[in-house]
Amino acid sequence: MIYEASPIAVGCFFVFVGLTLGLSFFLGRKAKSSAGYFAAHGQIPWFVNGVAFAGDYLSAASFLGICGMIAFYGYDGFLYSIGYLAGWIVALFVVAEPMKRLGKFTFADALDARFGSRGIKLVAGISTLAVSIFYLIPQMVGAGVLVQPLLGFPHWVGVMLVGATVILIVVLAGMVSTTWVQFLKGSLLVVFSTILTVLILVRGFAAEEGGADGHAFRTLGPLTNTEPVRQAEALEKELASTWGLQGATITPAEGAWVDQPFVRIASGTDKVTTVWHLDKGEAGVFLRETQTLKKTADGQVLVNGMPKGTKKGEPELHPVGHVSRLPDGKDKTGSLGPLEFFSTLEESEVVLWGNKKLVHEDGSTTTVYFQKPTAGSRILQPGMHPRFQGIHSDKTLDKIDLLSLMLALFCGTASLPHILIRYYTVKDEASARKSTIVGIATIGFFYVLTLYLGLGAMTSGTLDVTNSNMSAPLLAFSIGEWLFAAISAIAFTTVLGTVSGLILASSGAVTHDLMANAMGREMTDAQQVRVAKIASVVVGLVAIVLGVLFQELNVSYLVGWAFSVAASANLPSLVMCLFWSRTTRQGVIAAVVVGMTSSLAWILLSADTFSKVYGLDADQALVPFSQPGIVTIPLGFLTLVAVSLATQGTGPAPVAESPAEA
Amino acid sequence: MSTNRSNQRIGLVLFTLYLLLYGGFVLLMAFDAEQLQVTGPGQVNMAVWSGFSLIVVALVLSLVYGWVCRSDGHAEAAGSTQAHDDAVSQGDGA
Repeated sequence: MIYEASPIAVGCFFVFVGLTLGLSFFLGRKAKSSAGYFAAHGQIPWFVNGVAFAGDYLSAASFLGICGMIAFYGYDGFLYSIGYLAGWIVALFVVAEPMKRLGKFTFADALDARFGSRGIKLVAGISTLAVSIFYLIPQMVGAGVLVQPLLGFPHWVGVMLVGATVILIVVLAGMVSTTWVQFLKGSLLVVFSTILTVLILVRGFAAEEGGADGHAFRTLGPLTNTEPVRQAEALEKELASTWGLQGATITPAEGAWVDQPFVRIASGTDKVTTVWHLDKGEAGVFLRETQTLKKTADGQVLVNGMPKGTKKGEPELHPVGHVSRLPDGKDKTGSLGPLEFFSTLEESEVVLWGNKKLVHEDGSTTTVYFQKPTAGSRILQPGMHPRFQGIHSDKTLDKIDLLSLMLALFCGTASLPHILIRYYTVKDEASARKSTIVGIATIGFFYVLTLYLGLGAMTSGTLDVTNSNMSAPLLAFSIGEWLFAAISAIAFTTVLGTVSGLILASSGAVTHDLMANAMGREMTDAQQVRVAKIASVVVGLVAIVLGVLFQELNVSYLVGWAFSVAASANLPSLVMCLFWSRTTRQGVIAAVVVGMTSSLAWILLSADTFSKVYGLDADQALVPFSQPGIVTIPLGFLTLVAVSLATQGTGPAPVAESPAEA
Repeated sequence: MSTNRSNQRIGLVLFTLYLLLYGGFVLLMAFDAEQLQVTGPGQVNMAVWSGFSLIVVALVLSLVYGWVCRSDGHAEAAGSTQAHDDAVSQGDGA
């Protein structure tokens, strides 16, 4: 699609970023000590901290990724909402209060509270860095994705813009301003998502033939002359006489087109070739219009056979997302209640879009986007996305993969460093608990809305087939330009907020865990803050580089990595330190190292990574399924127990639970 | 310390309860997904209902926990009303 920067969107965007930065400078001017820089002096009110949890947590992956996945695959995206929220139960009931009681600035503090070991600080610091950087990549990629349509900049400019802004926030202000940015953004996100949901319900559904630009996608059939479909003169005649394709000529399949369910037909006076999807269903054989995006070896881009335009009205991919049939043959439903929304969709049919990338011998590629008319009852069931194929598959490995993903989501939240450090910004355990409850309420409410937002986007007629991450902002665009501007600006601050939280967590790990404790560098308070700021700049620059390098990767896919690694590396030792008195120093170190390396290795050897990152054949993968959690989380626990039992009485006697002194 | 211990015990009980619900949902989805196609109240299928329920139950359990553990808290009044408001709006959303 061609995006044009709108003055309202640009204005709104700069007002948001300006306000955010201004607020950071204003609120952060007092945070000079290390306690202020890392933990906001423990003075953040618990309610504000709770909403800031939501701000930290509802990252680009939640807002853009989940809405996009629901818009393209239905219910499956909502499984992420369910899993992400369930993770907060672990955070509240198991981790929140001990974290606050035992730690000072970082996750390593709490882990190490009983032992006073440099080794623990070192491995916990490294695992914090690893998880944070994994989590940073998708945020930066998301930032670039957002800026592109909003301001008309290329992807890398968006990444640089976010990187620079965030480094500025973190360096100038630290945890106080980061918390307030998160609070602001968390509140705005929930308020605007609620408005959007109400507007979706008021609009209801309407049966259409295509997307918002008025292009009707054609379906020809049921066809009578179907065998053989290709090179068939009889079919060409039928297409011309019955289906209105003047002078239809079928192009014989050659090269990458062989054995694909696509038929290329030249028709009309100028003989433009269009690609049609051959759909053999129970109702007969149909040809459905597709959209194609061809990239030639010399960098030219062709849309549906014509050079891609640069302005509105010139050739571009059509926006998609329409209801093709409503219950009882109605044209329009009018406004719907929150439950009626689902019961109506259940009885309707929606056109979803699949895609297939063909690589030709001359180095050019063609991506064919094809219509998939889908029953509403199917959309409201799990199992359409390839990642959730285990639901309808008979293979045990697919089912294990599914269980593994749901386990990682459940265990990951309570192990994410940038979430854990937020327990140090409130004054006591009761506040830690209460802010978690506020966080759960805010996040839970938002996750309920994601299902409405995603399904609303699915039927909005404004989706971009090439980019599911843009679904939520484009949904807002289908309602009004001002809403698009507001949602885009909020999404951008979302990225800003999450990235600054992650950079703070990483710089805390570098300064406090690695430099001050593990390497034993004596530093004054002022020096610690200075080192932390330098570390922030470095991590920020690394994030910018990775954000540009990984721009092609799916946002939610990368977040999945971070969750699996966090859960495998951090959760076993965190839980066992709290609940098993025979845990030893060596046991903790071994568990973190084994959990981190095994989950990373598993991911790097998995079928998902083989096909999406290395571009290799998925069948060559060295591990049986893609999600590591179900193996590596128990492995972390086992390692801890085994090593602890083997090293009983070797280390210094465990100190009774007391707040750690750095 | 005694409040810590009792909070921890309550926390573990509620955690186990939620784990059973979440685990039950995931296993049902993996091994008997047809159950989720059954139409529930308001002509809405059980997949949607169970998803919403898991979210609402998480909030309810966390409020129960906050309520039971309030004894060692400070400055309660302002907070609990606020959390309650959120709970109400959550219910509306579902």
